[in-house]
Amino acid sequence: MPYLVHSPQDREEMLAAIGVETMDQLLVDIPSSLRIDELKLPRGLSEFDTLAQVQGLADKNRVFPDRLTFRGGGVYRRFIPTAVAAVTGKPEFYTAYTPYQPEASQGTLQAIFEFQTLIAELTGLDVANASLYDGATAVAEASMMARVQTGRDEILVAGYLHPEYLEVLRTFSEGRGMKVRRGDEPNAKTAAVVFQQPDFLGLLVDARGLTERAHAAGALAIACVDPISLAILAPPGEYGADIAVGEGQQLGLTPSFGGPHVGFIACRKDLVRRLPGRLIGSSHDAQGRRGFVLTLTAREQHIRREKATSNICTNHSLCALAAAVYMTYMGEAGLRQVADTSFKRAHSLSERLSKLPGWEMAFPERQFLNEFPIIVPKAKPLLRRLARKGVLGGLEVSRWFRELKGVVTFTCTEVNDPAAIEHLVELIQASS
Amino acid sequence: MAERRYAKTHEWLTVDGKTATVGITDFAQAQLGDVVFLDLPKPGRKVSRGEAFGVVESVKAASDLYSPVSGTVSAVNDKLSSNPELVNSDPLGEGWIMKVEISGAVPDDLMDEAEYEKSAEASAH
Repeated sequence: MPYLVHSPQDREEMLAAIGVETMDQLLVDIPSSLRIDELKLPRGLSEFDTLAQVQGLADKNRVFPDRLTFRGGGVYRRFIPTAVAAVTGKPEFYTAYTPYQPEASQGTLQAIFEFQTLIAELTGLDVANASLYDGATAVAEASMMARVQTGRDEILVAGYLHPEYLEVLRTFSEGRGMKVRRGDEPNAKTAAVVFQQPDFLGLLVDARGLTERAHAAGALAIACVDPISLAILAPPGEYGADIAVGEGQQLGLTPSFGGPHVGFIACRKDLVRRLPGRLIGSSHDAQGRRGFVLTLTAREQHIRREKATSNICTNHSLCALAAAVYMTYMGEAGLRQVADTSFKRAHSLSERLSKLPGWEMAFPERQFLNEFPIIVPKAKPLLRRLARKGVLGGLEVSRWFRELKGVVTFTCTEVNDPAAIEHLVELIQASS
Repeated sequence: MAERRYAKTHEWLTVDGKTATVGITDFAQAQLGDVVFLDLPKPGRKVSRGEAFGVVESVKAASDLYSPVSGTVSAVNDKLSSNPELVNSDPLGEGWIMKVEISGAVPDDLMDEAEYEKSAEASAH
């Protein structure tokens, strides 16, 4: 049986039915200059030769070991228990598409329901959706919710939001007449105050104060949070944030050169109609057995086109499944241990680094968890030297923020063991 | 009881002094099917005639609601947030949607019941 479903005879019959003699006649409207008569491709390779060639390409990559990676900036190396891949790799889940029909997809629907429940618990909010693409689009989607909810069109971004999230927010805003402003003084035009906790530099912000300030101006508060940090920090629901969003990569997903990752979004119950995407609920079938169904997807998102609050009608189901397995497997105590260990390692690194000659914490009065900004003398050549020695040093943030010249953010997670930290400090000392 | 007038976009309107009460017609609710949610404006919002002031969502569609008059929204029917089905069961009564303080005159090209029925019947085919 060939891969192509139409036999030559089928084709002839179809052509005859529409009164055309050859397939080429269907393409006459395309100018001949744009048509390709023959693809100049080399002959096919055997599987063995193909693998060898691809391996040759892969070998050109410089791969830094997890424990020697001290760069975060939104994507983090963490230990991923083998259980995660064992579940996501099951063929029942590992399909190309997420089916939502309850009669065919109880496993998928239950997995999404679990993910939603875990995110709602972690953020301390009433309801979470089936996931979004990533942290950046989650910020943009939450901002659009606030705009529709308040009827106002300004989004106020307080402090250091991830610069790429800001770019995505600006892109979303442009076509919708939403204005994005940086600052922390909301006014009567402000739909929402968006802040990141900890911020892009790793520093803790006054989340409660910003939330109260947003509410006093009649705006919503959108907290962009690090999910691991919620094991030890107050959850957004506790300090009154209306919507919590974030990037879920740290919950069991590899950096993978930036994606695919998973975004999450949770909100207060009275905002549920504004929530983009899908929502899975628990229900009962005709025989009274517990089951899971697509409970809510505001219909307007499918059919109101340009008037819709959001046009997201899908999610990142397999990545959300990985996150759900990770959270379940780690449990409350495990997550806290991960957050706590990362905190301790980063603080031990910051103590070592800030004692180096010329090195200085960029914001010594501010607190941080597992990522911190530090002023580094001659950062660029230093980072290059470290890379040659197989160590991925911190991230130069002046690339996005001119006022942060010479500032580099370093990150530690539980994978950066004390010996790795020692190795980093020794390399820096040796090279300065 | 003031005479009920109808817009082509399937809203009805009754006027008492300067206050207009607005809802959707029986024909409209029947076409929509079970109403599950209404997105309504806040009192105090100014609306112009023909402007979309809200959305009605049913199990099979989501449609804009258009204001048949210009003015300021003075009240919305709060019962609809917990009982949107009132729009189906009593579209001309308990299922009213909003009240508007009219600015200027009531447009004189709104239809009476007989005209509206004829127009709705035509649009159903």
